[in-house]
Amino acid sequence: MAHKLVDAKGLNCPLPILRAKKTLKEVPAGGTLEVLATDPGSVADFASFCRMTGNELVESTSEDGVYRFLIRHTA
Amino acid sequence: MSDAAAGSGNAKTMTIIVTKGTLDWAYPPFILGTTAAAMGVEVTMFFTFYGLGLLKKKLDLQISALGNPAMKMPMMGMHMGMPNIVAMLPGVDAGASLMMKNMIKKKGVASIEELRDAAIESDVKIIACQMTMDLFEFNSEDMIDNLSLGGAATYMEKALKSDINLFI
Repeated sequence: MAHKLVDAKGLNCPLPILRAKKTLKEVPAGGTLEVLATDPGSVADFASFCRMTGNELVESTSEDGVYRFLIRHTA
Repeated sequence: MSDAAAGSGNAKTMTIIVTKGTLDWAYPPFILGTTAAAMGVEVTMFFTFYGLGLLKKKLDLQISALGNPAMKMPMMGMHMGMPNIVAMLPGVDAGASLMMKNMIKKKGVASIEELRDAAIESDVKIIACQMTMDLFEFNSEDMIDNLSLGGAATYMEKALKSDINLFI
């Protein structure tokens, strides 16, 4: 169970990233953030975001047009 | 406070010179600026000439189809451009701008106001070009509060130390 959830469904670039980053600050170190999005570009974007910020992308999955990202707050 | 502003001084840095003030051209600098800040980059945005209008408290941004053959809007199941002789008519730009704003809302794209707020919130440094303020007779009272005034040398000091410098 993630510590926080960001529902970015229906939002377009760069809002899912901006919302996720904002909420990630509220997640304790080692905790996780779950992000839901419908923007297909978010798959590549969250991978890049995590690589560049040092946070861990634990899961990146999709189901019925909804992309789900689980990010561990490590940076 | 952003990671960059709070950070160790090792953060990557980026500057963007913002020179255009139409609705379409307002997007690239604000999208890149806010996203970079979210990724821990220390961002400076320098607003000059028509870009300076993007710092007015009250925005009413417009687009123009005139002389812009690449602007094809989805309409009636296809993408339609607008002949210049139509685009030049009074009210056409206003109509096209309204259409674009409706599309932006419908597609879940952020408004420029929203992105500008996000930039301020994530400590993007906003510099308004003093010369353009004088040239276009802009009043400080009409501009947002979270800016500092500066000139080319102010920008250059930032740019010389930055990892990325963009001109938009």
